[in-house]
Amino acid sequence: MKRIFAKGPSVNLRLLAALLAAAALMAADHRGVLPELRAALVAPLYPLQQAVNVPIRMVEKLWEAFSSYTALVKDNQRLKDEQTFLKTRLLTYAALEKENIRLRTLLDTTYKLGEQLLVAELLAVQMDPYQHVVTINKGSRFGIRKAQPVLDENGIIGQVLRVAPFTAEVILITDPNHAVPVQVVRNGLLTVAVGAGRSNQVLLPYLPNNADIEPGDLLVTSGLGGVFPAGYPVASVATVMPQSGRPFALVTAKPLAKLDRSRELLIAWNRDRSKIEAGENAAPEAAQPVAPASDARR
Amino acid sequence: MHAVRPHGRLFILLSFGAAMLLRILPLPAELAKHNPDWLLLVLIYWHLALPEAVGVGVAWCIGLLADALTGKMLGQQAFAYSLVAWLCLKLYQRLRLHPLTQQTLAVLGYLFLAHGIDFWILRVKGDGPFGWAYWLSVPLGALLWPLVYLSLRHVRRIFHVR
Repeated sequence: MKRIFAKGPSVNLRLLAALLAAAALMAADHRGVLPELRAALVAPLYPLQQAVNVPIRMVEKLWEAFSSYTALVKDNQRLKDEQTFLKTRLLTYAALEKENIRLRTLLDTTYKLGEQLLVAELLAVQMDPYQHVVTINKGSRFGIRKAQPVLDENGIIGQVLRVAPFTAEVILITDPNHAVPVQVVRNGLLTVAVGAGRSNQVLLPYLPNNADIEPGDLLVTSGLGGVFPAGYPVASVATVMPQSGRPFALVTAKPLAKLDRSRELLIAWNRDRSKIEAGENAAPEAAQPVAPASDARR
Repeated sequence: MHAVRPHGRLFILLSFGAAMLLRILPLPAELAKHNPDWLLLVLIYWHLALPEAVGVGVAWCIGLLADALTGKMLGQQAFAYSLVAWLCLKLYQRLRLHPLTQQTLAVLGYLFLAHGIDFWILRVKGDGPFGWAYWLSVPLGALLWPLVYLSLRHVRRIFHVR
C-alpha cells in the first residue's frame, strides 16, 4: 500500500534541514576542520575507485599478451640501450653529487641527500577547468602525508592535497590554485609557476617585461617554499610576450611531466622531514611569498 | 509499511553505485571535464519513480558521497541535490505523465539548476576561470536522460521494484 499523505516532517521542512546541514558542512570544510570526516567518507568508496580501473587493467593485460614477439624484442632492445645510457649518466651524476657534497661542506651549507620514492597508480581524474586533481591508490596506510611532492620520470606532477587511508588526492601543477617556486636553469632567475587550468600549460605571471627569459628555457624547482625538493624539472618556457603598459610580461610554459598521460606516479619523501612538516600548512599557496624575492634580485 | 522491498532497495543502491562508477570513469582529460552528472540523473529517475522511498534525505546523502568522491567541498553537491529532489517531489505527478521529450526538457532545467548552484558556490569560494565549456556537461546530461530513464525503467520492471 502506498501512502497518500506522507508521515513525518513535510518535504519543505526536510529541504530546509538538508540545505542548512549542507551549508554548515561547506562552511566547516572550507575552513579545513573536517579532514577526518572526508577520509571516513572516501574510505568506503575505495572499492568503487578500484572497480572502475578493472576494465583498463584488463585491456592493458590483453595488450601485453597479444603484443607480438618482434615488438617485445624491439622494446627490450630499446630498454637495454636506455639502461646503458642512463647508467653512464648515473656514473657522472654520482661523481658530481660527491663533489657537490664536498663543496657544500666546504661552504658550510646543508645538502639534501636524495629522496625516497614510492610508486602509486592513478585511480581517478577530476578534471574541471577550475580544478586539476587526481586520485592515487596509496594513502595514509602507506605513510603518505599532505604536501608531499609527486613526480613522474619527466618532472614534477604536483603535491598531495588530501589523504584517506587507502587513497590520496594529488593537486596538479596546472591547477589554477597551485603554484610552484621555480628557477630558470640558464641564469638562476627565481619566479613562480602558476597553473592555468589547462593540462598543457603553466603561467609565469610575476616576471617583469625586461626579464631575461626565452622560449625553450628549462624551469626547475627552486626548493623555496619547502614543499618541492630543489632541482627537479617542472616546465620549459613556451612563449614570452612583453606587454607594454603592464608591469609583467605574459610568459607561458609547457609542463615536462606527462600530466594527462602518466598512470604511474612517484611520491617523494624528503629526507629532511621537518621541512615538509613546516610547509604542510602553507601548501598549496606555499609559493606565493617567493614572488617579491624574484623582484628583489634585480 | 514498507515502501520498497529489500531486493528493491539493493537495486536502488546498485544503480547509485553504477552512477558513481560512471562519474569517476578515467576518461582523457578533455572528455572528463564534460562528463555529465550521472548521479543526479539516476537520482531524478528515482524521485520520479519512487518518490516515497527516495526523497530529500537520500539525495543529501548521495550528494555528500559525491562530494567526497569528486574532491569537491563537502556539502556542495548535497546542497544542489536536495534542492533538485525537493523540486522533483513537488512536481513528480505531473512529470511522470509528460512524454519523454518534455521530461528531457525538465531534466535539462534540473541539471542546469544543480550546475548553476555548483557555479555559484565556486564563485563565492573564489574559484575560476569559467569558460563556456564549463556548462557543456548540462546539455550532454539532458541528452542522456532518455537512455537513463528507459534502461532503469526496463530493469526496474524486470526486478519488480515498487
